Amino acid sequence: MKWLLLSVIVLATVMGDLLQSYEMKRSGEQTVNARGLARLLRMIVSRRHLLLSILCMAISFFAFMALVQIAPLSFAVPASAATFVLETLLAKFVLKEHVGKRRAAGALLVLSGVVLLAR
Amino acid sequence: MSDTSVLAVLADEQVLTVRRSQATKINTFLLLFAVVMFNAVGNLALAWGMRHVSETMGWNPLGYIRAMLNPFVALGIVLLIFWLLTRMTLLSWADLSFVLPLTGLGYILAALFGKLFLGESVTPAHWLGTIFIFAGTAMVGSTDQQTRGSCAITRCGAAE
Repeated sequence: MKWLLLSVIVLATVMGDLLQSYEMKRSGEQTVNARGLARLLRMIVSRRHLLLSILCMAISFFAFMALVQIAPLSFAVPASAATFVLETLLAKFVLKEHVGKRRAAGALLVLSGVVLLAR
Repeated sequence: MSDTSVLAVLADEQVLTVRRSQATKINTFLLLFAVVMFNAVGNLALAWGMRHVSETMGWNPLGYIRAMLNPFVALGIVLLIFWLLTRMTLLSWADLSFVLPLTGLGYILAALFGKLFLGESVTPAHWLGTIFIFAGTAMVGSTDQQTRGSCAITRCGAAE
């Protein structure tokens, strides 16, 4: 059961983040002020990718809630940090971002830090 | 189509990419700080509130709605909405592979809050983890925040 929940969390998080990043790159640089935030709220309800991404985040949120009720946080947190690796790879190959050596090494350091921190 | 209506369409969809950019590296780090704080404080408020909600959560949606009446849970939800909106803005300014490792700083805050407010303990492994996260974020933070322009994927190329 916990591995099933974990796969749901990882899949939903990865899908949600990819969709969100894709759509936000597409819509150009947003501004941080009241009008900008109102515009974002309108975008969420009018753009399919964003709606879908919010749905994925909600699924991942509730699956995480369910996971921490049956498994310790020291399993749930580092295991769901596996999304780091998957998302960085997909950012490179799907979103065509340039993931150089420094960025990849930094991401791995953060990942190992998260695993240590959750023990 | 008249000139003004063309302009109106442009203004609606694209003018934000033409206007002077807010997305400098300093601003990106400031926004990142806001994103991490909204997430950490939002989660803390939510966790705090849920500890004081007596019933356990199951599949019944009414239970979740009753939980939202708790002021800490409500505060947590509002903060997490702000987290979502600021993170969307951040993703419009920077790569996913740039933003993601940097939000790892949030795990340090979560551990800190866990110790301060929820009475959890800190071990040497935690300190080592903290150092790793700081070192990793410093490395990622020193790379270019946007390696593929926001218009590179699709249609808004016309505005460039």
